[in-house]
Amino acid sequence: MSPLKIKKGSTSHSAYNLRPSFSDKVERHTLAILVENEPGVLSRVIGLFAGRGYNIDSLTVAEVDHLGHRSRITIVTSGTPQIIVQIKAQLGRIVDVHSVHDLTVEGASVERELALFKVTGTGDHRIEAIRLADIFRANVVDSTLESFVFEITGTSEKIDAFAELMQPLGLQEIARTGVAALSRGSLA
Amino acid sequence: MTKAMTGAKMVVQALIDQGVDVVFGYPGGAVLPIYDEIFQQNSIKHVLVRHEQGAVHAAEGYARATGKTGVALVTSGPGATNAVTGLTDALMDSIPIVVLTGQVPTFMIGSDAFQECDTVGITRPCTKHNWLVKETDKLAPPLHEAFHVAASGRPGPVVIDIPKDVQFATGAYTEARQVETHYNPQVKGDIEMITELAKAMETAKRPIFYTGGGVINSGPAASQLLRELVAATGFPITSTLMGLGCYPASGENWVGMLGMHGLYEANMAMHDCDLMINIGARFDDRITGRLDAFSPGSKKAHIDIDASSINKVIKVDIPILGDVAHVLEDLLNVWKSRGRKTNKAEIGKWWSHINDWRKVDCLKFTQEGKVIKPQYALSRLEELTKKYDRYICTEVGQHQMWAAQYLGFEDPNRWMTSGGLGTMGFGCPASIGVQMGHPDALVINVAGEASWLMNMQEMGTAMQYNLPVKQFILNNERLGMVRQWQELLHGERYSSSWSESLPDFVKLAEAFGAKGIICDNPDDLDDAIMEMIHYDGPVLFDCLVEKHENCFPMIPSGKAHNEMLLGADADTANAIQAGGAVLV
Repeated sequence: MSPLKIKKGSTSHSAYNLRPSFSDKVERHTLAILVENEPGVLSRVIGLFAGRGYNIDSLTVAEVDHLGHRSRITIVTSGTPQIIVQIKAQLGRIVDVHSVHDLTVEGASVERELALFKVTGTGDHRIEAIRLADIFRANVVDSTLESFVFEITGTSEKIDAFAELMQPLGLQEIARTGVAALSRGSLA
Repeated sequence: MTKAMTGAKMVVQALIDQGVDVVFGYPGGAVLPIYDEIFQQNSIKHVLVRHEQGAVHAAEGYARATGKTGVALVTSGPGATNAVTGLTDALMDSIPIVVLTGQVPTFMIGSDAFQECDTVGITRPCTKHNWLVKETDKLAPPLHEAFHVAASGRPGPVVIDIPKDVQFATGAYTEARQVETHYNPQVKGDIEMITELAKAMETAKRPIFYTGGGVINSGPAASQLLRELVAATGFPITSTLMGLGCYPASGENWVGMLGMHGLYEANMAMHDCDLMINIGARFDDRITGRLDAFSPGSKKAHIDIDASSINKVIKVDIPILGDVAHVLEDLLNVWKSRGRKTNKAEIGKWWSHINDWRKVDCLKFTQEGKVIKPQYALSRLEELTKKYDRYICTEVGQHQMWAAQYLGFEDPNRWMTSGGLGTMGFGCPASIGVQMGHPDALVINVAGEASWLMNMQEMGTAMQYNLPVKQFILNNERLGMVRQWQELLHGERYSSSWSESLPDFVKLAEAFGAKGIICDNPDDLDDAIMEMIHYDGPVLFDCLVEKHENCFPMIPSGKAHNEMLLGADADTANAIQAGGAVLV
C-alpha cells in the first residue's frame, strides 16, 4: 500500500475518558460534531443513531466553514452514561467525522434555539399574546388583523414555556430549528 | 505530476500503484470500460467468479490469508446488491477489502435506470466508508484513500461507486502521495494505562490472556510479541474463534478456544480468573454467555483499536486504546523494566486448577461402528494435513465449530472463517481467494453440505484458474446446528432442517470437471483424505457422517461460562430456559 499524506495533528481518536463511572440514570447530552461536508455525511450520522437504537431529541446541521468544507452537527441525545459514551465512540469511528465534543460534560456551554410561532386570535387573547411575547423578548415578524408570527430565541426550555403559554391564546403552528450550542470561554 | 487518463484507466493505475496483484470480479454494463482496461494490461490478474457474493468472499479470503487488502470489482444494481452480504461479513470480522462498483452514468442517477440502485445508500451501514465519485478529476484520491481507510485503524470494507460516464471521461490522475487524508487512528496506547496493566500482571493470582481477531489484524508482529509476552509471564492464553493461530495450538500455555463451543478449561478459566487481559477481542455474545455472570471476580483490561468496542457490553477496569502490536511492545518494555515480576507461586496453583479442568477432556469422543463421527473425520484431517503448508476455510455451522475444536493452528492468517456474521456459503469462495494468495499451499474448506451448496457455483472458478482447493464436506444431510438447536429448544421438532434431494456430490464434482471422492467408512477415511491431498486439482470430498451428532461442549444461551453442557451424556432436556430461548 502506498502511503498517503496525513495532515499534521489529525487523528480520529477522541479525548474523552474511557473509564467513566456508569449509572442507570438517563441523561440529556448536547454533542457538537464537526464533519467533512461530503454528500451522505448526515445520513451516516443519523443512520448510526437509527441503526443502533439511540435517541435524537434535536438535530441541527449547516456548513460552518465554507473554505474548509466543514459542517457542524449539533445533536441533543439522551441515554444512560454508558450509552452516551458509546454514541460518542461510534460517532468517532465515522471516517468523515473530525471531532466529537460533548458540551454537556466538557465545561460550560451556551445553547440556543430559534422558533417561529403562528398565533391567531382577536380581542383579549391577541393582547395577551403580544404582552407575553414582549415578556419573552419575542419579535413580531409577520402580522395580520387576526394573527401574529413571533420569532423567539432562547433555550429549548424557554421555547417550551412560551409554547405552553401560547396554547390557550390561539397557537396554530410552531417551527423550531433545534439546538445550536457552543462552549463558553476562549477555547474552541 | 498529474497525468491525464480516462477514469477506467485511473482505476487500473490506482490498483497497480497500491500493489494489488489480483482482483475478483464479474463484469456487467456499468463496468465495461474498466474491464476493457483490465484486458489491455498484465500487471493485475482478474479472477472471474460465478456470483458477486463469491467475488467479495474470495477477496476476503485473500485478505484474511495474506494480510493484504482484497479487491473485488462488480457492476451496478444487482452486482452491487449481491456484494452486500460479503461487505457485511467483512465489516463484522474487520477484514480490509476494497469493492469497486459500477454505476449508471451520472446524468441517469435517480431516474430508476436499468441496473441502477442506490449503492452508497445500500452499503452505507455495511461498509467502513464509501464514496460515490461524480467527476473523473476527483476519482483518483478516493481510490487511494480507500486502501488507507480499509487497512488502517480497525480494518474493514470500503466501496467506491463509479458511474460509467466517469469511467469514460478523461481527467487528471493524482498519485497516492499527493492525496491528503485526515483519517489517522491512534495506534500508541496510553502509557499510564499500560503501566497499570503491567502492575496488575505482577500481582495477579489467576490471570488469563483472552485474545481475538485484533491480534491477527494487527499483523505478524503482534502475534510475535504476544508469544513473547505469554512465554515470559507464563500466563494461560485462550482465544476467540477469530483469533485462532495468533498463539500456536501446540504452545505450552494454550488452553484452547473459549466461548459457546469453546473448551471447558478455557471457559472455566475465564470464569474464575482474577485478571482478564483482553487483547483485540470484543466481548461478543458468543464469548460472554450470560452477561451478569461473566467472569464475576476479575479485574478486566481491554486493548482495542476501536474506542467503541471498549465498555460496549462489559465494563472494563483498564481500557487501552491502541493497536495491539504497538501496545504489546510498550507493555513488554514496561513490564520488563519493572523487573519482570509475576506471582509465580499463585500462578503455579492456577495452572494446577486449569490442569484439573483439562482432565475432563471435553473434546473426547468414541469412534465406533461403521459410521464416521464428524469429530473423527476432523481429527484424521488434522493428523494427515498438519505437516503441510495448510490453510483452512470453513462454512458456518457445526462443522465450523468442530473444525475450530479439532484442528490446530500454529500461525496467524491460517484460519479463514466467518465469525461475526456467520455467513453460510463463505468458505468455498474464500478458499479460492486463499489459493490465489498462496498458490502452492494446501487449501482446505471444511464445509457442511448445506452451507457448501450456497456458493457451490464457485467450483467453476476453481476449475477455470486451476486452483486445487479441497472442499471437505461433512455431510450429515441436515442443517446440523439448526437441528441441534431444535433438539435442545423446540422439542425435537425438526422444522425444515433436513437437506432433502441432495445432489450426488461425486457426480457434481465430475460435472464441474473436478474430482469427487465419497467416503462413508471410517476404515477408508485416511486413504480417502490422502487421495484428496495428492490430487492435483480441485476436489469435492463427500464425507458421510453421523446424522444426529451434537456439537459439544456448549454453553446454552442465557447461561454462564461455568454452566457448560459437556457431551452426549449431558442432560440437554431443559438446558435452555425461557430467558435463554429468545437469544440466538
